[in-house]
Amino acid sequence: MAHKSYARCIDLPTEQVFHNIRNAKRFAIDIGGSLAKVAYSSLVKKKSTMVFDEPDSSSIYNVSETDQEIVRLHFVKFETKYIETCLDFIKANLIQSRDSMLDKVIKVTGGGAYKYTELINRKLGVQVDKEDEMECLIKGCNFLLKNIADEAFCYLRHGNPEYKFQGVDSDIFPYLLVNIGSGVSLCKVESESKFERIGGTSTGGGTFWGLGSLLTSAKEFDDLLELAEKGDHKSVDMLVKDIYGGDYNAVGLGGDVIASSFGKAARCTKDTAQNSPTFKKEDVVRSLLLCISNDIGQIAYLQAKIHNVKKIYFGGFFIRGHPFTMHTITFAINFWSKGEIQALYLRHEGYLGAIGAFLKGMEEEDSERYSWGENLAGSSGLASPKHMTVSLMQELTNNFSMLEINRLERALQPCPLLLDVISYFPDTVDLTQDKDARDYWLKCFAEGANKTRLLAIKSQPHEVDATERADKFLQKYLERLKSLEINPCAYGSLTVRSLLDTSAHFLEESLFTDIFSQQKQIENEQALRLLPQRLKYLDELPLSERHFEMALGILAGNVFDWGAKEVCSILETQQMSLQDAQAKLQKRPWLFDDFDAWLARITQPHPYRCAVIFCDNSGMDIILGIFPFARHLLSVGTNVILCANSQPSLNDVVYGELLWVVKKAGDVCPILQEAIRDGRLKVMESGQGSPCLDLRLIDEHLVVAIKEQEADLIVIEGMGRAVHTNFDATFACDALKVAVIKNRWLANRFGGEMFSVMFKYEKGRKVSSSPSPARSSSPVHR
Amino acid sequence: MDFHSVGSDSKSLEDDKGSISNSGSSNNICNGHRNGSPDSFFDLTGQLKMPLFGMDIGGTLTKLVYYEPTNFDEFDLKERETLQTIHKYLIGNTAYGKTGIRDVHLEMGNQTICGRNGKIHFIRFPTAQMSAFIDLARGKNFSGLASGICATGGGAYMFEEIFKKTVNLTLHKYDELECLLKGIHYIDRHNPSECYYFSNPRDTGCSEKLPFDFHNPYPYLVVNIGSGVSILSVRSKTDYSRVSGTSLGGGTFLGLCCLLTNCETFEEAIELASKGDSTNIDKLVKDIYGGDYDKFGLKGETVACSFGQMMSQDKRKSAKREDLARATLVTLTNNIGSIARMCAKTEKIERVVFVGNFLRVNEISMKLLAYAMDYWSNGSLKALFLQHEGYFGAMGCLLEYLQLNSGLI
Repeated sequence: MAHKSYARCIDLPTEQVFHNIRNAKRFAIDIGGSLAKVAYSSLVKKKSTMVFDEPDSSSIYNVSETDQEIVRLHFVKFETKYIETCLDFIKANLIQSRDSMLDKVIKVTGGGAYKYTELINRKLGVQVDKEDEMECLIKGCNFLLKNIADEAFCYLRHGNPEYKFQGVDSDIFPYLLVNIGSGVSLCKVESESKFERIGGTSTGGGTFWGLGSLLTSAKEFDDLLELAEKGDHKSVDMLVKDIYGGDYNAVGLGGDVIASSFGKAARCTKDTAQNSPTFKKEDVVRSLLLCISNDIGQIAYLQAKIHNVKKIYFGGFFIRGHPFTMHTITFAINFWSKGEIQALYLRHEGYLGAIGAFLKGMEEEDSERYSWGENLAGSSGLASPKHMTVSLMQELTNNFSMLEINRLERALQPCPLLLDVISYFPDTVDLTQDKDARDYWLKCFAEGANKTRLLAIKSQPHEVDATERADKFLQKYLERLKSLEINPCAYGSLTVRSLLDTSAHFLEESLFTDIFSQQKQIENEQALRLLPQRLKYLDELPLSERHFEMALGILAGNVFDWGAKEVCSILETQQMSLQDAQAKLQKRPWLFDDFDAWLARITQPHPYRCAVIFCDNSGMDIILGIFPFARHLLSVGTNVILCANSQPSLNDVVYGELLWVVKKAGDVCPILQEAIRDGRLKVMESGQGSPCLDLRLIDEHLVVAIKEQEADLIVIEGMGRAVHTNFDATFACDALKVAVIKNRWLANRFGGEMFSVMFKYEKGRKVSSSPSPARSSSPVHR
Repeated sequence: MDFHSVGSDSKSLEDDKGSISNSGSSNNICNGHRNGSPDSFFDLTGQLKMPLFGMDIGGTLTKLVYYEPTNFDEFDLKERETLQTIHKYLIGNTAYGKTGIRDVHLEMGNQTICGRNGKIHFIRFPTAQMSAFIDLARGKNFSGLASGICATGGGAYMFEEIFKKTVNLTLHKYDELECLLKGIHYIDRHNPSECYYFSNPRDTGCSEKLPFDFHNPYPYLVVNIGSGVSILSVRSKTDYSRVSGTSLGGGTFLGLCCLLTNCETFEEAIELASKGDSTNIDKLVKDIYGGDYDKFGLKGETVACSFGQMMSQDKRKSAKREDLARATLVTLTNNIGSIARMCAKTEKIERVVFVGNFLRVNEISMKLLAYAMDYWSNGSLKALFLQHEGYFGAMGCLLEYLQLNSGLI
């Protein structure tokens, strides 16, 4: 690698790369032949809000921002030639004196672990623990597959989308991990602790590099890949049709199948008359790449067959996310398995070893107790946009990349009410696939970003650097949206949910938290004042009308959404009452109208045991819409769990706020108060921080409560939770999906108008006793 | 000579264990009944025409098996003349021009086929020289003797039209897999030391070739290494299939060697390889781990990365041709061995027969394969080899031809 440094003399921007390293608690290094990865954990500052009651205050509650620390894992990947720079930086910033580090241990893995032990020891003066490479890779792989959404994907060079992400899998074993480094190792992984190297081959990435360099003048691996992409192997390889004149039907080989790699390069196979070589070096390299990829694919397929494993993940420096290599491996697996097995790749495959080594050092703290989530604001995306040449990609990607993973405060688990967790996919529209929708939403989010910036500044009036941070947020978020336009697959499936999460992560990174806090408080106070009157109005209606009015109340409340820009412009300029909102609603029959079926069910004599309600907006929505509905359920004997986001997002009501709002509502309504007292009305955290709802990952305490109370009704409210996500979700119990579509574009897409109403009542499906159907090859929705 | 009269004379074929004849009731090679192509090699008098040969046209080499009857006197005069010209040409030179070769050491004498005694000759030439062969066929008036030639291999399809057009000869195509297996069985029965193995496969220094009794062959795996590789699983005379294959075969070895060392021929490539040392080119487990990789049971001497040392520019500059040729040979051989091993496992078969011209003058690969089969399977797999390496397809093709005709008698 050394001779290339003059061409690219950019040094590692250490400050930027080793973000937060001063707080680092623990290290691990994975040193490969060409790339090194450093892993460390740190405590990262973030802002959060605290909601509390202040006696004798006129306000409903008080909110204050506090500093909080979260645990974050950092993984940085850079060229191995910078390893000294890296160690010097670590030393300068972290290790004050050799003595303080003497008792510390650093985990090192990878092919370079042996070579660099001396250097690390000398530079840092710490004990170096060498960890087995394969073991680290597998540990890292298990961790990513279990925790990071859309970690795994299939690659289809000519597909739409090009990447097919696999969601989150709770059931990851058994699988085959094929690590293609210099050579190739195949491991069968059966559980967290059980794995076995079942085979390998010496023809791997090093063979491609070594042979490729001998056959051409190219020196670097990436140069060879670039050549391969341009070449045509047909002039070098002997194809079936070169021998048969066409297909070899008797054994089912098509004419274009390679019969003998490099077969045409042998002199004596040529007619002496035309002995001059008819191929270019590009052709030779392509032939070499195909030959090695096909070979690895065949060996992996045969091993999968011998060991009866259906999932094969490929990683290692040979792959490194390069579309063309993934294409050749995918092709090979398809060819050998006749489409039976799909080759799978990992978004963060380069970090497996470093993650594994790091986790090994952490074992006593038990990483499995926690849930972990990718910090979208601090991680690099897949640098492989469609139709982009390798050299352009190199320019785009810096000489380093990063992955940040946050330890979540609460452990998350799949919602037990889902009919089938394996086939559940939260998002309704896959924006990587649907270009119209992608264009619309990317534009929509970009246009709304400045409003977020202004609100962010306003949310921290006493912080002098708020504007500066907000500007930075805007710049970075817009940059990200731009990059997603070029490569929508860079961070897994692109969805409205992922775009909202991205915005939230960037806000958090710029030390903002609940930017709608003040707005929410004003609205909650306003609505709470109107609650007694609203309850009285409903109570006076005859029962038959009351149900309809309650439904209308939820719908009208749902109009008060600061996440919908068309509603914002109304709310910013005029006062709007619940009645005003109600007047805007589509008249029945609604766009999705199951009200009659719902009415038939709710007026039956046997009430639901327990309803789980996923709430949406603060103010009118929760207080005048949801509370009366919950109150009715309580009054007929149904227990109610109100679920609110754990983290702030737009004007959605947050758990901390909802606790107080419910309490204050109890002060004006005896039914609510009694239910709170008796534990029949519970307020719980959903574990989420998004206007959307991913039911694969909800707070484990909520999961326990749902099971204990044997919940038999799930109510999902709002556009984010019931339209952008969960629209197609099926449940084992009855489900009510209620939302007002406050986006003209989306409404039109559904064939409706602005303020179209979705009132879906779905009967619970019996949980089938047969095993859940195998996940379809493409879990990505239409 | 009348074939009607020799049809029942199976005396010399009694040692045949019945693996060739399809009839099952008779061991006579000419008594097999086939409902094959009605097209015949007979003239109107029903007499089998000479010359008798089968041809296997592969991607790189064309293999020709020629049956030379001992007594020419039985032919009529005109026929004899033509036959003798061809015969003289076919067996007269051990080298046909520059590239055609008759493998004299493989010649099988005293073979009784269809009641006639004779010799079987084994000849090969590059498929790229097919035009020269066609010229021969035209010049020596093949079509005057027979309406067609029987052939197998991809070239039987590839060259069908050209034979018809330029020399008015029909290429009678026979199934490649069937020819290969029939050839193996015939030659194994008729050549005493045909099948062999290497004793002490793990100690290449003192391992030696020993004959193997292949009379009860089933089930076995055939790994046919020509330009590419085909792997067949054979469970009985009629139950066999192609289970896998790889494009990394003999053609890959020769192609890469030509590019890397500038050599011209297979012989030269093998010669270079025999003088080379692949450990100067490959990265071994010990080059990476300093010794054995015990955790996974990998010995320090195991190749971790083929051509791994060539990632370094300095090492590339000092790489010797001989070492490069050896590394290429070792890489290809090990890869074939590893795929063969996995196929043996999926097929639950323990005997692996390696054939094909890649093994010609190539004891390095044979010993490597014997080692690999034994070592990686803990002794449960056995690598077997056959003396007539690449000629089984052509031999089987000749047998098919005879059977086809005898069925019509």
